[in-house]
Amino acid sequence: MGRYVIRRLLQTVVILIVISAITFFLFWATPANPALLICGKNCNSETVAQVNATYGFDDPLIVQYGTYMQGLVSPGGRTIGSEGSERECAWPCFGESYQNGIPVWDSISDAFPATLWLAVGAAILWLFFGVLLGLIAALRKGKLVDKLSVGLALFGVSFPTLVFGYLLLFLFIVKLQWLPFPDTANAALFTVGPVKWLQFYILPWMTLALVFAALYTRLTRANMIDTMNEDYIRTARAKGLDERTVVFKHGLRSALTPIVTIFGLDLGGLLGGAVITEQIFSITGLGKFAIDSVLSNDLPAIMGVVLFAAIFIVVANIVVDVLYAIIDPRVRLS
Amino acid sequence: MTLGVSESQSPEGDLPADHLAETSEAKQIEGRSLGQIAWARLRKDKIAVISAIVILLIIAVAIFAPLIVKLNGFPPDQFNRTDANGDPLLNTRDGGIPIGGLWGSGTSSEHWLGVEPQNGRDVFSRLVYGTRVSLLVALGGTILAVVLGTVIGMVSGYFGGWVDTLLSRLMDIMLSFPTLLFIMALTPVIADRGQDLFGIPDDNRLRLGVLMFVLGFFGWAYLARIVRGQTLSLREREFVEAARSLGAGPAYVIFRQILPNLLPTLLVYTTLLIPNYITAEAALSFLGVGIKEPTSSWGRMIADASDWIESNPLYLFFPGLALFITVLAFNLLGDSVRDALDPRAGRS
Repeated sequence: MGRYVIRRLLQTVVILIVISAITFFLFWATPANPALLICGKNCNSETVAQVNATYGFDDPLIVQYGTYMQGLVSPGGRTIGSEGSERECAWPCFGESYQNGIPVWDSISDAFPATLWLAVGAAILWLFFGVLLGLIAALRKGKLVDKLSVGLALFGVSFPTLVFGYLLLFLFIVKLQWLPFPDTANAALFTVGPVKWLQFYILPWMTLALVFAALYTRLTRANMIDTMNEDYIRTARAKGLDERTVVFKHGLRSALTPIVTIFGLDLGGLLGGAVITEQIFSITGLGKFAIDSVLSNDLPAIMGVVLFAAIFIVVANIVVDVLYAIIDPRVRLS
Repeated sequence: MTLGVSESQSPEGDLPADHLAETSEAKQIEGRSLGQIAWARLRKDKIAVISAIVILLIIAVAIFAPLIVKLNGFPPDQFNRTDANGDPLLNTRDGGIPIGGLWGSGTSSEHWLGVEPQNGRDVFSRLVYGTRVSLLVALGGTILAVVLGTVIGMVSGYFGGWVDTLLSRLMDIMLSFPTLLFIMALTPVIADRGQDLFGIPDDNRLRLGVLMFVLGFFGWAYLARIVRGQTLSLREREFVEAARSLGAGPAYVIFRQILPNLLPTLLVYTTLLIPNYITAEAALSFLGVGIKEPTSSWGRMIADASDWIESNPLYLFFPGLALFITVLAFNLLGDSVRDALDPRAGRS
């Protein structure tokens, strides 16, 4: 087991390095002249030269990549700026925003809690409803409940987040007025209290959860139907176990194993920002930060948020693999 | 949001279709290939037939967009200020909200789905032209993703060894990218670069190409994995061995022996990838990194309309409904195709 984990960890490190390199070269090699982006309207040859020296744009790309990675790897961070205007950029240093000079890491860590709440709340919703509906549908296969669940799931999969989000917003905020318009201040649980916080998050949770809930319903149903046809289930019934033990202990447990994998990956992907949902409900999370950075061409910020999101995906991958190896010992051998 | 079809339920393209058909013909027994069986099943499936008709209608709307817009007489980019009687369409004192119509949307016998607030462009015409953008980007992206995924997956699975190791690692890396974020960040950069490098102006024709490219380029890895797995098992089959022992080269085996047996999988994956890319295009345009003004796109319309959700909700409703119906039709058809090819998976 230990060797398996170490091997997966090493692979993960390699993948992260490759991703960081690809991302860096794609974004840094592309804009014609990053210095022009920074000095904006005040650009003349002198300021451009100065900016180039300050940010190290004159160095070869590989050197710039090395400097960038140093800020992420070395515990002391790195120094930004040329002689005379040097400043420390503490670990983990993703550089400074071209737009306002704020360290990118500060913006990311400011934006992350909102995204975390959004993703975790939605995950609880979709896991609960998805597995529940899928289970009921599988146990009542062919009955009305099953047909309803399958229909609902198909409908849910086809509802683009964009459309469903605005539908909820229109229905509950504009038309029925059960909920107030989203106000970013209400995203902070500890300052506004649970009621306003719930009012702020409930629609985004539903928006984000819909598609996943639908997918999980289908997946749970399919897995459960397959599992209940296995020989060992018949054996369990034959030896006189009551139906509840058969369904939950023998059936559901094995039907849920693949769901663990997918759940980990889905959640990991969302922790990097749920761009559409955040945009619709004005949540100042990572997704909103990402799109704002893209629209203002703020390279260090874009690079930072992409890398940050990639880390979550890669880490989710390894966590899931290790969990899977614990659940299913056959995996370790391959 | 994930790009790519996230369910791994795909029919096993096990049956060597042409092979079967040949032997049964020889014996003069009426044999039916997998394709014929699936086709017969599809034609009996009401949902499949209805969604196929809807999809054909949508494609027709995209192709004949200029003709359809001629019917109503308002080009999608035309700013309409007054109606046929010379009465104003927009309330200029109230921020440009349409006058009259259902729920303040300005619907009338001239403007069937109302007019845009502020500019007065015809919503129906813009919706019709938006169909073109949606379908073009989704089709282009899907074709690129499916071709890349199939070729890379087949090569990886067939040759094995270091080629397989290399390509499999590449798939791992592609699957570890935060795809939507990456596409979002890269689209403006590539569009910008296209302008500098090739002297192509950053207009929407370039943007269309860039969107197809990034969607396809970041979408092939998942399919490649499936194809690789199936190729691994197919290449051990007797008919492949037979072909090889008769002297067939790798290219012949890959394209004439393995590829036909992958077709069911590819067909299902393609029909399910298209709606994903329609959603993705709408999302990107909504975020402001996809198609730009003045070309109309459903995502762009939804973004504009979100500012008027209180005063003119219908403006938001129409592009949303168009997007929903299109995605639903493709998903339903994809599901039916999957069921027809492999009744064990999916609903039944």
